[in-house]
Amino acid sequence: MASHGIKDQVAIVAMGCTTFTEHWDKGLDDLIIDATSECFDSSSLNKDDIDAYWLGTAQSGMSGITLTRPLQIDGKPVTRVENYCTTGSEALRAAAYAVASGAYDVAMAVGAEKTKDSGFQGLNAMNPPMDGTQRTLTAAAMFSMVAPAYAKKYGVDPETMREVLSEIAVKNHYNGARNPRAQFRREISVETASNSPKLAGDLGVFDCAGVADGAAAAIVVRAEDALKYTDKPLYIKALSFAAGSGSGLNDPEFDYTHFPECEAAAADAYAQAGITDPVSELSLAEVHDCFTPTELVLMEDLGFAERGSAWQDVLDGKFKLDGAMPVNADGGLKSFGHPVGASGLRMIFECWLQLRGEATPERQLKLKSTKAMTHNLGGYPGEMVSFVSVLGTELDASIV
Amino acid sequence: MAGRFFGVSGILAAAVYLPYRRLDGKEIGGFFGSGGAKTSRTVASHDEDTTTMGVEAARKILNGTTSSVDRLRFVTPTPAYADKNNASTIHAALRLPPNIGAWDVGGSLRTSIGALIDALSTSGQTLLVGADLRDGLPTSADESGTGDGAAALLVGDASSDHPVIAEFLGSASQTDEFIDRWRSPGEQRSRVWEERFGETRYNELGKTTFANALTAAGISFDDVNKLVVTGLHARAVKGVAAKLSQGNDITNDTLTPQTGQIGGAHPLIALTAALETSAPGDIIVLLHLADGADAVVVKTTDAIKNAVPTFSVAAQLANGAPLPYAKFLSWRNMVNVEPPRRPEPQRVSSSAAWRSEDWKFGFVGSKDSTDGTIHLPPTRVSRNTDALDVMEPVAMAEAKGTIVTFTIDRMAYSPSPPVVFAVVDFDGGGRFPVELTDVDADSVAIGGRVVMTFRRLFTADGIHDYFWKARPVREGEN
Repeated sequence: MASHGIKDQVAIVAMGCTTFTEHWDKGLDDLIIDATSECFDSSSLNKDDIDAYWLGTAQSGMSGITLTRPLQIDGKPVTRVENYCTTGSEALRAAAYAVASGAYDVAMAVGAEKTKDSGFQGLNAMNPPMDGTQRTLTAAAMFSMVAPAYAKKYGVDPETMREVLSEIAVKNHYNGARNPRAQFRREISVETASNSPKLAGDLGVFDCAGVADGAAAAIVVRAEDALKYTDKPLYIKALSFAAGSGSGLNDPEFDYTHFPECEAAAADAYAQAGITDPVSELSLAEVHDCFTPTELVLMEDLGFAERGSAWQDVLDGKFKLDGAMPVNADGGLKSFGHPVGASGLRMIFECWLQLRGEATPERQLKLKSTKAMTHNLGGYPGEMVSFVSVLGTELDASIV
Repeated sequence: MAGRFFGVSGILAAAVYLPYRRLDGKEIGGFFGSGGAKTSRTVASHDEDTTTMGVEAARKILNGTTSSVDRLRFVTPTPAYADKNNASTIHAALRLPPNIGAWDVGGSLRTSIGALIDALSTSGQTLLVGADLRDGLPTSADESGTGDGAAALLVGDASSDHPVIAEFLGSASQTDEFIDRWRSPGEQRSRVWEERFGETRYNELGKTTFANALTAAGISFDDVNKLVVTGLHARAVKGVAAKLSQGNDITNDTLTPQTGQIGGAHPLIALTAALETSAPGDIIVLLHLADGADAVVVKTTDAIKNAVPTFSVAAQLANGAPLPYAKFLSWRNMVNVEPPRRPEPQRVSSSAAWRSEDWKFGFVGSKDSTDGTIHLPPTRVSRNTDALDVMEPVAMAEAKGTIVTFTIDRMAYSPSPPVVFAVVDFDGGGRFPVELTDVDADSVAIGGRVVMTFRRLFTADGIHDYFWKARPVREGEN
């Protein structure tokens, strides 16, 4: 038993992504059509060329019919997947494995979410009938418990901790302001972030990701076929996934300062991709910054900072566009917005743009390598699922 | 089964539950320009009802044990459910064995003392639980002069774990049909007749009943150490107490000005409060005025010295906290405030709730019998050993815990936002993230000590969702 990965066996050859915003004038069908149309238009492929589809949507529709009806796909294998906020990444994972297995030549992953039709702020899950003993806390409240625990463990005083969290929000807004597809395109100051109305614990409005409508799509083929469709494919170096047992909620050992599921997913992905020093080997990382303390802790879980030092690295600007390890160059969940089922593929889309040199000039990174990674999580501290991908524009020499 | 001493019977244990919040009657006049009182009242939290308060009172007697009880009787004029037996919920929360009968026994203001007289004349051990939650329209005498709370009395034959703390000497009743106070089923407010008429009736009924009770007990007036007079006709209660005490200091009521008259539960609550301050050999007469009059005469034994629960009536009175009047009005649905803009909870699944009865109602987790790891909620597969079905039940409702970390959720749905939420590690093992109640958000701290309390989380489709929350340990409660 082992996690072998599918390094350099599958390539992404086309992508599309809508703007993420409050699309009052677009339904789920429109978002799906817009994202897949852009994806098809970025290649010579059309829907008849796709052998199988995976649709990721967390709460906007059930079954593959949610995809086949708007696109009028007939008689193809189409599956809907859901795995909390990693839903979009799961669609890609399924499509990539299907191609790697040899079952299909061409597969498409679509992630889509219509969050703003509920009439409520935030995300609202569809719950099965229960016994009434389940927690009803918001995600913001669950993640808000991370900040004081981290500050206490590493001796960060409350004022400095507040500044650290605000700096993360400021960075992601700065990046999002340079991204025409992002939901929030306004730079903010540390003062604005720090003084925003509190929603849960010490987390204010600017510590929380925006909830948006949106969709994204990718087409995957066997690596050896990739150059038939694009000059600049993105080869999949690693896909990893770790679902925790949920026991962190009930285990007195868990201290709310790290996410073991994310550490495990990163370790597996780096092993698959052969990465030993992520900071020097990755040009950028797209990570799941659902709340500012989440991004802080992830810097350590993903190996970008030593334990207990990420807060200092944040203050030093390490994760900015011109820093040693650019994180969330597209604005992240914070500023790009978070249409649950689409976010995992949106992260891949930013790697697609950046590694191909196609990001808007204001945020295009100077690439120090040909690789990038995405990290996508779902759930809560102690009860989490986590995905990591590593992507690159070149096949590794050992394989070619 | 604890050994029984047949022929030795009376009151075996008694405990009161007073909710944490107090409304100062002076606030009412300050708000409306009229009404209110110089006294205060107890106020059930937004997550409490007569069932949950009854559970809290009974827990003080049983302390997690169930061995002695033969039957459970629940009395309340303000039940959480009609048709559905509320005593079954209390039975589940106390984890009484399934072969123990548990019955709601009617709900007039007169029922609780009647049930007490019945229980004193019944063999075996009866757990009698009474609770009430009194409302009145803003500025009414009922609003300021009544209160919320519960009492539980274990009554009947003594056992090795429950000796008689107060011997039953006798009782008397007078029944009379007249309209003094009335309320249609489902109505929130009561209506009262012109009070002088009722006062005249109760003066006579009280006097006769008191005299008959002394005769039935075989005692004279001089033997009485305490006379406890209860009833919702405040003027009659005061007048009857004054007349019957004949100038003696036997009716000193320090309880009611702090709690209000707690309606159908007040006879049991006031009797318990009197027992807690009595010396061995004291004779107490409880006289209740409601559509007639009833009196019960008891005499405390030596066992009274060890019978006061750790969180006594006096300790509870000393540890209440003020509730702003506006909050009181919103908790009692007298004013409607903007609800959180979140979806309301969906109703609880009956079958799912039934399957998890031990957990949901009894807060019973599971413990890996091979390594002792406690799982909250209970699981079948062990977290540490991965073993399947090696669990034994572990009752956690009486365990105390410590706050590891906490947060304030200003967005989550709650009948009274914000939600205060903490991760709690229990003494002896086990962790559970749980909502806190009876707490001011700014007073919560890491390291704070908490105990579990049975509450009503919300109501959807008329179904109440009962489960447990944690609340701070109060001073004098260890």
